[in-house]
Amino acid sequence: MDRDIEAGSIDTNNNNNNNNNNNNIQKNQSNNIEAVDHVPPLPPRPSRKLSDDGASGALHVTAASKPTTQVSTIDISTLSFPDGSRGTFSTSATSATRSVASPQSSASGYTSPRTDPTAETVSVASYPATLRPPGDLADLVTGEFNRRSRAWSMLRTQSSSVQPFEASRTGACDTLAGFEKEFDDIPELGDKGITDEQRLSLWKSKMKHYMILSSAGKPIWSRHGDTSLINSYMGVVQTIISFYEGAKDPLLGFTAGNARFVISTQGPLYFVAISRLGESDAQLRSQLDALYMQILSTLTLPTLKNIFVHRPSTDLRKPLEGTESLLSSLADSFTKGSPSALLGALECLRLRKSHRATINNAFLKCRSDKLLYGLIVAGGKLVSVIRPRKHSLHPSDLQLIFNMLFESGGIRAGGGENWVPLCLPAFNNRGYLYMYVSFFDSVDTAAESQETNNPPSSSQDGGPPPPQPQPPKPIPSPDEEIAIILISADKESFFDLKSMRDKLALQLAKNGSLALIQSAARQGRPRIETILNLNNTQLTTESQGQGQGQGQLSHFLYKSRANVQFCQSSLSPAFESPLSSSSPGPSSSAPEKGSSVTTSSERQRTADKLLVSRRRLMTLYHHLHSSIHAKHSHLKVLHLVSEDAASLAWITPVFEFYCVAGPNMSRGVMTQCANKVVQWAKREEERLFIIGGGVF
Amino acid sequence: MADTNAPKPSSSVKLVLLGEAAVGKSSLVLRFVNNDFQENKEPTIGAAFLTQKCNLPTRTIKFEIWDTAGQERFASLAPMYYRNAQAALVVYDLTKPTSLIKAKHWVAELQRQASPGIVIALVGNKLDLTSDSAGTAEVSGDGDDNAEDSGDARKISTEEAKTYAEEEGLLFFETSAKTGHNVTEVFTAIANAIPETSLKSARGPGASHAGVSRTEEQRVNLNGPRDSHAKEGCAC
Ligand SMILES: Nc1nc2c(ncn2[C@@H]2O[C@H](COP(=O)(O)OP(=O)(O)OP(=O)(O)O)[C@@H](O)[C@H]2O)c(=O)[nH]1
Ligand SMILES: [Mg+2]
Repeated sequence: MDRDIEAGSIDTNNNNNNNNNNNNIQKNQSNNIEAVDHVPPLPPRPSRKLSDDGASGALHVTAASKPTTQVSTIDISTLSFPDGSRGTFSTSATSATRSVASPQSSASGYTSPRTDPTAETVSVASYPATLRPPGDLADLVTGEFNRRSRAWSMLRTQSSSVQPFEASRTGACDTLAGFEKEFDDIPELGDKGITDEQRLSLWKSKMKHYMILSSAGKPIWSRHGDTSLINSYMGVVQTIISFYEGAKDPLLGFTAGNARFVISTQGPLYFVAISRLGESDAQLRSQLDALYMQILSTLTLPTLKNIFVHRPSTDLRKPLEGTESLLSSLADSFTKGSPSALLGALECLRLRKSHRATINNAFLKCRSDKLLYGLIVAGGKLVSVIRPRKHSLHPSDLQLIFNMLFESGGIRAGGGENWVPLCLPAFNNRGYLYMYVSFFDSVDTAAESQETNNPPSSSQDGGPPPPQPQPPKPIPSPDEEIAIILISADKESFFDLKSMRDKLALQLAKNGSLALIQSAARQGRPRIETILNLNNTQLTTESQGQGQGQGQLSHFLYKSRANVQFCQSSLSPAFESPLSSSSPGPSSSAPEKGSSVTTSSERQRTADKLLVSRRRLMTLYHHLHSSIHAKHSHLKVLHLVSEDAASLAWITPVFEFYCVAGPNMSRGVMTQCANKVVQWAKREEERLFIIGGGVF
Repeated sequence: MADTNAPKPSSSVKLVLLGEAAVGKSSLVLRFVNNDFQENKEPTIGAAFLTQKCNLPTRTIKFEIWDTAGQERFASLAPMYYRNAQAALVVYDLTKPTSLIKAKHWVAELQRQASPGIVIALVGNKLDLTSDSAGTAEVSGDGDDNAEDSGDARKISTEEAKTYAEEEGLLFFETSAKTGHNVTEVFTAIANAIPETSLKSARGPGASHAGVSRTEEQRVNLNGPRDSHAKEGCAC
């Protein structure tokens, strides 16, 4: 069996130990946890289990029993466990988090609503039928409407607009304290006024570390710290890993303090992730896999094997030279929290079906015979794909490409057109492909150089605006950059692909597609207000509805499982500065647009705040994701309320849905919102996702 | 940089930049093409293709520039870029001795393998890091000073590089992509050095590239991408 050691306690259940180390981070989320799964029918009984981890938690506790009338008893402060709950949902907040992932021990067993509606429908009768189309979430999460007390409602009306994570923003025991410094460099050895100890403590203050070393113990790469700083740690890591390796009982992970160590061995390479951000082992492991893929992408598998077969003590840093920044930007995207990586899915630019078809057709018409894959990407979102019938593109390969183009600056900053040999390991890890890349703003289409001076605002939406070629001078924010990526197996095909690109660019400009792409990219992601107020009308009013009535969802992720794609709502205003739609990441070097008179330190503070609040959001998503995907959990819906936020995860064979709202959003409202969003996504499916793409 | 008035004859020149990693090839191109400089430029992956016009009194030269990656694992791809080049910029970092050795290797390889008439310029970059950078107007001309002056990071004397360049018949410049010193001069000198006879018209598709047929109609079966690229285990 795979070994899993822990400082202090041995975990008996491999599947559920993921969150052990996260107690500090996540205990706030465990005040009120409900889970729904496939456990066989149980006698009817209340569904909520309560735990309390402190004085403030008391007020968040909702009614334990499930009255069927609006006016009901309320137990604002009780800790009473519903009778029949399996009791392991202990008052100890520290173990509560873990329990989420192990429904055997904690979650209340709902039956699948259709198979046994009696189990939990005591109070469902009063639902208006219209709220429950087949498969409606309300079937799964029941009871909310009927169990609000006056006190509870009063409390809620006062604070319905509380945004998620406001508590922890001000909280004293902020687990993300210092996260805004996470990506700061550690000063070099010789830097003035910095002692070795200071450097070491800076290094130790990082919440996330990644290390790659050879099985012979040679350091290959680490996210933080130079060789002098980390060499000895690498040695220790190597010793520990190879000890278990030698015992034919590979070490997969362990916990020390509040840091989780996860180890992944790939042939002659060891990958280590050390995290205090609360990801599950599986999540950390997939991050390590991505780093491995990046190495394969540089070297190919046969080359990597060869290197180590001939000289096991080879220093791999030399052959990987220059890709450190790719590894780092990949790692940083995980540390910041990437929905795409979490869900293993891609994000597409939302476009009308007919518009996308026009683009696909133009793309196919211009196709060079040398082409293997063709992609148009705007701001890291896929616009169009064309591919041979028998080959599809793997998300993990695209992740590497997107990382290279949009996260790390190398190619984008260079200007011009690029010809990049790379291996796409999921496609074929044995050889190189050649990737032609050009960004629209850098090599602008000389043909259509009419100068327009429209500021990058998101004012126009609705109908297709008239073609407005991007003015060449103002550099678009990373969110708006449009790239054409053409991949061939022929290393000599640069000029074929270049001429294909030129033709395509001309076509797209001529038929108005380029302007459509630009305006869609500028418009950004759909806003929740718009979706929830949509009522089958088109997206028209963007600004209305914010904060009206009950609080609104703050953010959601929706993954279409069949398409391996996801969409998400706009991060603003809660997680993104409404002023600029560009990402606050430190890597984005796009100059500030507009002439806002904010000082740079002010801007930095805002950027820091957003970085942290986004990480909070992503930490919660990671938590939801790992809980609902935990082996043997068979969860369908997970509703989580904490001091910080209310959140919901909902999985069906068709989609995965995750959303987050302020802590006071009632479950009923949340359920309604979730339903609306899911219905919206279904309606908009062909706009949100690329279905099939252009095939040749 | 656009053409001004009366139509001058215009021709295109294929130029390749070679040199050790991080000597400043991309920075020189960025300075030449965009008149810009980035302090922490990331390494080039593969190669970048850029174009820039250069106005001479009698004609306009359109440079088609291949900025190659200096990292060792891309070395095997280099022939693809210099094969049809009419000019090459071989760049070294004058604060880094190994980079001149590498530059000499490139020069030798070009002399062996590239088109016979290729114009080669040897360029020592990062002049701004040397003490003689301050007020120099014509560094390229007089190679004299160097030595360990105050705060001088120079490791390769002008004399040494210049002598070598003369022996091999190369153009020679010391530049700073950071300050822009001597950058356009290099390209102008190359443009001037290209023999009139080897200039083709820039117009028309005939600016044939890399020996690859560009006919769109040519049927290539993509059936076996796995096979076809497995066999070229290059780029590393
Ligand atoms: N001080 C100074 N620094 C320079 C100069 N030119 C380039 N640099 C810096 O040197 C580093 C490498 O420059 P690049 O232009 O990326 O070098 P390169 O030759 O293209 O490197 P590869 O693409 O890896 O082959 C960057 O950090 C530049 O900012 C210069 O003239 N002076
Ligand atoms: Mg470069």
